[in-house]
Amino acid sequence: MGFLEVEDLKVHFPIKGGIFNRTVDYIKAVDGVTFSVEQGKTYGLVGESGSGKTTTGRAVIGLNDITSGKVLFEGTDITSKKSKTKNVRKDIQMIFQDPYSSLNPRKRVIDIVAEPLRNYENLSKIEERKRIQELMEMVGLSPESILKYPHEFSGGQRQRIGVARAIALKPKLIIADEPVSALDVSVQAQVLNFMQDIQKELNLTYLFISHDLGIVKHMCDDIAIMYKGRYVEQGTKEDIFNNPQHIYTKRLIAAIPDINPRNRADQFKFRQEVQKEYEHSYDDYFDSEGLAYGLQPISDTHLVALPGKG
Amino acid sequence: MGNELLEIKNLTTSFRIGDEYHAAVDDVTLTLNKNEVLGIVGESGSGKSALAFSIMGLHNRAKIEGSIKLKDQELVKLAPSKMNNLRGDDLAMIFQDPLTALNPLMEIGDQIAEALLLHNLDMSSKQRKARVIELLNMVGIPRPEYVYEQFPHELSGGMRQRVVIAIAIANKPELLIADEPTTALDVTIQAQILDLIRKLKEDIHAGIILITHDLGVVAEMADRVAVMYAGQIVEIADVTTLFENPLHPYTKSLLNSVPAEGQDKLHVIQGIVPSLKNLPRKGCRFAARIPWIDESAHEENPVLHEVSQGHFVRCTCHAHFYFPEESKEEQTNGIS
Ligand SMILES: Nc1ncnc2c1ncn2[C@@H]1O[C@H](COP(=O)(O)OP(=O)(O)OP(=O)(O)O)[C@@H](O)[C@H]1O
Ligand SMILES: Nc1ncnc2c1ncn2[C@@H]1O[C@H](COP(=O)(O)OP(=O)(O)OP(=O)(O)O)[C@@H](O)[C@H]1O
Ligand SMILES: [Mg+2]
Ligand SMILES: [Mg+2]
Repeated sequence: MGFLEVEDLKVHFPIKGGIFNRTVDYIKAVDGVTFSVEQGKTYGLVGESGSGKTTTGRAVIGLNDITSGKVLFEGTDITSKKSKTKNVRKDIQMIFQDPYSSLNPRKRVIDIVAEPLRNYENLSKIEERKRIQELMEMVGLSPESILKYPHEFSGGQRQRIGVARAIALKPKLIIADEPVSALDVSVQAQVLNFMQDIQKELNLTYLFISHDLGIVKHMCDDIAIMYKGRYVEQGTKEDIFNNPQHIYTKRLIAAIPDINPRNRADQFKFRQEVQKEYEHSYDDYFDSEGLAYGLQPISDTHLVALPGKG
Repeated sequence: MGNELLEIKNLTTSFRIGDEYHAAVDDVTLTLNKNEVLGIVGESGSGKSALAFSIMGLHNRAKIEGSIKLKDQELVKLAPSKMNNLRGDDLAMIFQDPLTALNPLMEIGDQIAEALLLHNLDMSSKQRKARVIELLNMVGIPRPEYVYEQFPHELSGGMRQRVVIAIAIANKPELLIADEPTTALDVTIQAQILDLIRKLKEDIHAGIILITHDLGVVAEMADRVAVMYAGQIVEIADVTTLFENPLHPYTKSLLNSVPAEGQDKLHVIQGIVPSLKNLPRKGCRFAARIPWIDESAHEENPVLHEVSQGHFVRCTCHAHFYFPEESKEEQTNGIS
C-alpha cells in the first residue's frame, strides 16, 4: 500500500446557464487522474495553465468536492466524509499558489502563522512566540516582522509566510502549489534547499506543482504532465526530460527559456520546428474534443497517452 | 531626446513605518526608449514593484520625490484626474498579484470592457464585446465566450494572470510595465504572452519595463537589464554584456543561484534579506552579504561607475570580488 494513492480522480464543475440557471454542462477540471507517491519522495505536477493541477491538489487536501474517484492517504480513504478527521488534515498541508489572497489582510503575520498551531496544539503564549520566531527564521524572515501585516511585504516575502504556515505543524505531506514562483532565484534556492533539508529530517513527501521546469528537474523524483484535466505523460525525471514522448511534453520542454541571450535566434527556429510537429500530429494525439487518450506503459516507469487509434 | 519615452531622475519612494519614512526606492535614475525592453531583476523586496507603482502613480500613502517624465510630461505630483486619463491608455501595468488587481464581484468580461470604455467612448457595446473576446483569444484563454461571464475565483491562477494582461494591453499603451507577467503561466503560454509583448513593441514602438525573477525570460526578451538591490540600481548593461560579463557581486551571485545540471545544493547568498527599516543606508549595501571581502574594497559612498559604454556598476568592490571556497555546512541555510 502506497503512502498517497489517487485513483481515477475526477473533479467536474457545473456550468450554469439558460433562464432557469440550470446546469447545462461541466468543466472537467480533473478528468480521470491516477497516481501514487511514496513517502519521502517528491512528485511533480506540471502542465498547461488551467489543466487541473491546483484542483487536483485541493481535492487531495479536501478543499474541493470530488466528483468520483478515490484518495487514499496511508491506506485510509480520505474522500469519504466521515474520515475527514482532524488528524489527517493536520498531516497534509498546502502552500497556496496565490500568496496574497491566501493570507488574511487584516491579520498580523504572527496570527497567520499561529493559526494552525492554535487549531491543533496547545501552546502557551511564550512557547507559541518561540515556535513562530523559529519558523520565521527557517524561511528567512526577520523575527521582528511577525508584527506586520501582509501588505507590508513584497510578493516573495509573502510567499515565505505561506511556507512558514504550512510547515508549522510538521505535516507528512505538503502540497506545494508554485511555492517559489514569486521569489528571486537566490531566495528560491534558499527555500528549495530548505524544503529538501526538512524533507530529509521529517521524511516529508511533496506534491510539487510548478511551471518552472528547471526547478521541477532539480526537485522531483517522478513527474506527471497534465493537459486539459488528464495526464499526457508520467515517468521518472529522466524519462520526462531525456526521453519525452508525447507531443505536448515535447512542446513544453522546447518552450523553456534559454538563459543565453545569444541563443535567441536558434531557440526561435527550434520552437518553430517543434510547433510544426505539434500541429502536424495533433489529430493523432488528441481526440475530437482535444483530450488526451489513456496512458500506456512504454517501460516500467514511463507512461504515455499514445495515439488512440494506433 | 527624440527616442526617449520615459525619463526617471533621482526617484525616491518612501513608506512610513512608525514615525519615520524609509525609502524602498532610493535615488533611482533610469531612461527607457521607445521600442525598447528594459528588464529589471533584483532581490525579492528590493523595490521593483514599488518603482513600478511610482511610475503608475498608484501609491496612495508613500512619499515620492524626484522626477518621472513620460514624453516630457512630469508625472510626479500630476493631478489624480490627469493621471487617471493616462493610466490604462498611454501607460498600463500588468500586476504581479492578479487577484488583487481584479474585482472579485464583477464578471471577467465586464472588467475588460470597462478598461475599453474608459478610453474609447465612441465604441458601441457590441464592438466592445467583440474586442473583449478578441483580447481573451489573444492571451490564449480557451472558451472566451464562457470565461466572459465567469468570476475571478472561478479561474485558474494562470487564467487570471492572462485576464490582467488582456486589460493592460486593451488600449495599446505606449509604455507597458509588466510586473512578473508570466510567473503563473506554463512555458508554452508564457512564450505566447512574450510574443504579444514583442508585438506591442513592433507595432507601436512601445517601451516596455519587464520585471521578472526568471532570468531565462530576461535573456530572451530584454534589450537592456537593470539589477536592483536594496532599493538601488547596482548594475545596468545591455543584455548580452550582463549575462556574459556581470560585474557586481550581487549580479554574479544571482546568476550563480540558477539550478544547474546535477547540482545537489543550490547556491545561496549568505545573510538576511534586510527589511526596509534595517536597510544599510551607509556604504555598500551588499557588503554584509559578502563578509569575506575586505572592507577596504568598498567605496564610502558607492556610486554607479561607467565601466564600458552603457555598462554601469555601483561600488568598487566588484574589482575585488571572488566566491569563497565553499564551506557547505555554513552555507546551507543562508537564510536566517
Ligand atoms: N470553483 C471553480 N468553479 C468553476 N471552475 C473552476 C473552479 N476552480 C477551477 N475551475 C476551473 O478548472 C480548471 C482547472 O483549474 P486549476 O486551477 O486546477 O488549473 P491549474 O492547472 O492549477 O492552472 P494554473 O497553472 O493556471 O494555476 C480551469 O478551467 C478553471 O477555470
Ligand atoms: N505599503 C507598504 N508599506 C510598507 N512597506 C512596504 C509597502 N510596500 C512594500 N513595502 C516594502 O518595500 C520593500 C520593497 O517592496 P517591493 O514590493 O517593491 O519589492 P519587490 O522588489 O517588488 O519584491 P518581489 O520580487 O518579492 O515582488 C519591501 O521591503 C517591502 O516590504
Ligand atoms: Mg494552479
Ligand atoms: Mg514585486
